Formats: sequence, C-alpha cells, structure tokens
Amino acid sequence: MIHLQNIRKRFRRPDGGWFDAVQDTSLSITAGEVFGLIGFSGAGKSTLLRLINLLERPDSGAVIVDGQDLTAMNAPALRRARQHLGMVFQQFNLMANRTVADNIAFPLEIAGWSRGDIAQRVAECLEVVGLSDRAQHYPAQLSGGQKQRVGIARALAPRPKVILADEPTSALDPKTTQSILDCLRDINQRFGVTVVIVTHEMHVVRSICHRAAVLDAGQVVEVVEVSDGTVDARSDLARSLLEAA
Amino acid sequence: MEEMTFAAALADLAGMAPEIWQACQETGLMLGVGLAAAILLGGPLGIWLYLSQPGQLFANRLVNGVLGWTVNLVRSFPFIILMVSLVPLTRLLVGSTIGPVAAAVPLSFAAIPYFARLVEQTLREIPRGVVEAAEAMGASPLQIIIKVLLNEARSGLISSLTILTISFLSYSAVAGVVGGGGIGDLAIRYGYYRFQTDVMVAMVLLLVVIVQIIQLLGNRLAARLDKR
Repeated sequence: MIHLQNIRKRFRRPDGGWFDAVQDTSLSITAGEVFGLIGFSGAGKSTLLRLINLLERPDSGAVIVDGQDLTAMNAPALRRARQHLGMVFQQFNLMANRTVADNIAFPLEIAGWSRGDIAQRVAECLEVVGLSDRAQHYPAQLSGGQKQRVGIARALAPRPKVILADEPTSALDPKTTQSILDCLRDINQRFGVTVVIVTHEMHVVRSICHRAAVLDAGQVVEVVEVSDGTVDARSDLARSLLEAA
Repeated sequence: MEEMTFAAALADLAGMAPEIWQACQETGLMLGVGLAAAILLGGPLGIWLYLSQPGQLFANRLVNGVLGWTVNLVRSFPFIILMVSLVPLTRLLVGSTIGPVAAAVPLSFAAIPYFARLVEQTLREIPRGVVEAAEAMGASPLQIIIKVLLNEARSGLISSLTILTISFLSYSAVAGVVGGGGIGDLAIRYGYYRFQTDVMVAMVLLLVVIVQIIQLLGNRLAARLDKR
C-alpha cells in the first residue's frame, strides 16, 4: 500500500548546519496492516510519517501510495490524493469554531460531497467513535480522549485507505490511551484501513501493531513482527525500547 | 458672551438638530467608506502578510519584507500629514478635496495598512497544527483561507474591526477639520471657533456614546462567535 523508496530528508539547523532527519530509507507497508514507527525523540519517526502524505517533501526518493507516486504529482493531484489519506495528530488539531459534526464534515466539504451525503457520513463516523451524543458540542467542551476520537472520525470520514497517526496517544492518560488504541484497531479491522502509527512507547506497538519499524538517527534499524502481544526484537535498540516500556 | 443656562443650551442644540444629524451622516459616510476599504483591501493584504511569513503557505521572504515595509511606511505618517500629502490623489479620485467623500480617501488610505496589521496579528494566533491538518486533508489554499483561517480567527477579526472603527471615528474628526465635515468638525466650528461650549460638550458626549455602543456591540459579537 505504501512504498517509501530511498527517501532522504534534511533540515537546516538554526546554526546553519544540516540535520539528517531521514537518511536513505526504504520501507514497504502492506495494505490492511497496523504499522508502527517507533524510536526515541529525534529518531525521525514523525518526519517519516509526514513524508508519506508529503507534508514534508523528500529531498530525494519516491513516495508511492496505493500505486501512485505522490512525489511526481502537481499540487491539485496531490490534494486529491491526500483526500484519501487520513491523518490523526498528537495535539488533535481540531477547529475550535466548528462543532464536532462540522469538524468531521470538513474533509468531505473539501472533497465536494453533497450536504445530504455529508450528514449521513458524519453520523456514521460519530457512531464508530462513540460520540453520537456530542455532535453539536464544540471541541473546547470535550475531554482529551473525546477530542482525539473526533480527530479519528475526521480522518475516517472520506473513507481513506490509509490513516496516518502521529503520536495519537502521547497527550492522553494511560486509560484513555488504551481506548484510543482500541478505536484505531477497531477501524483497522472493520474497514480494512491501513494504519501507520508513530509512537515512542513499545506498549502501543505491542497493543495494536502487526509490524513496526525501529528507527534511530533517521534510519530503520529493524522491522519487528508482533504476534500475540510479543515483539520479536533482535536489535539492541529495539530491546532497549522494550525494556523502557 | 452671555451666561448660558442649561435650558438655553438645550434649546440651542435643539435648533441645531438638522446640522447635528447631517454631521452624523457625514461621519457615518467617512467611516463607512474607510472601513469598507479596510475590509476589502486591508483584509486580503493582512492575509497575504500572514501567509508570506516563513513557515506559512506562501512563505516568501522578499514578498513579506516588501509588504511589511510598505505597511509600516504608510502607518508612520501622522494622519494629518498623510491627508495633506494625498490631496492630489484625492482630487484625482473625487474631483474635490472637501466634503466627506474627499476625506474618505486619506481615511481609507490609512485604514488599509492599519487593518492589514490587525488581521495579520489575529491570524498568528491560530495554531499552526490546525492549518497543517487542513493541508493534510487536501484543502486548497483558498479553502484554507476561508474555511480555516477566517473562520478560526473570526472573533479576533471582529475585535480588530472594533478597534479600527473607534480609531477611525477619531481620525474622521481630524479629517473633518480640513473640510471633511462630520461630528468632529461641528464640534470645532461651533464649540471652538464660535465659543459655543455647549455644542462642543454635546458633540463630545455624542462621540462618547457612539464609542461605547461600538465597543459593546463588538464585544458582544466577538464573544458570541468565539467557541474556543
């Protein structure tokens, strides 16, 4: 579903030097899996995620999603492609002046859906995340966990093939974290949506991922398999992340 | 100068009612044109100033620098000097340099960069992540401006417009003195040049009431629109 081919990305540091956020990385993510990107702070995991929908443009390499090379697209084509790539953020990034329902409707308005279709789809998505009774509330009236559910519903609304989740539980307490992870797993299983999730917690990987890339200094150290909540890790880094959990 | 009783002053003012009403209309006209120019031209300019900043949608150091410098330039002029400097332009546009319509030209000229700065400052308060989320969902720049930036900043924009309106009520009085007419002009002509203190006091009180009403309405509307 997602193929990153020889991706490089560097950022200009304030001192004028360069910081290699992602160096010559290739990665393939299969349709229908929950794939983790795990590593310590600064390992390049968020950058790698943001390269998938081209929020960051790679300096070199190709990003191929669902058979389409995003890096070769012009701006309108990229916007259309992004409409099929949901994204969930650590800080939720909801629009404060829109109700819950209108936040979820936003990507559908962008994609030009009719009002009737939008209303129906918003109701479905609210149902999926269990917030049907909060449709007319504003984000400020919700708890952190509820806000993230709205974020997930918004990402799910345009029936994406992929949802990218950037540390979706890092701003939440442990109990809420589990319910958000359950929600993401539920969406993956019911709708077959491929989920890519960035995290620094091995717990998240164990809990919902099928596979995960362990990142360090902008490179993939190892891709680990998860079965029945156990992670088969070989690298020292993966083991240390396991112990930290 | 005869001693004036309160009753005499009231009678005096009542006799001037048509002139006062006309002054209010002139002030309204100057403000209306100035605010319309501010919203229609200053608004987009403010959005452009914001979007050309580093890290924003149309980040461009040169464009941002030129726009910022121009806005600062116009804003550095004391209003009365700006008015005088713009006399040729005013004559070109309106065909005259006196009257409220002529006064509206320099008022608009001053209001545009003023409002542009206010808009830019207001937009800066929107979290970057919200705009980024819209980009990630495939929103076009125009959709981001209208559906995200303006909608998220709407309460701050109303507050900015309130500030602008009150400042320009005061500027319009200055414009009035050099032939624009309006409430401020009436206060000066009768109250100052003709020593009719009652007219001056009445006009100042009228302005006080207008300012209070504008601020109250602005606050109410801003609060109603703010769901943060």
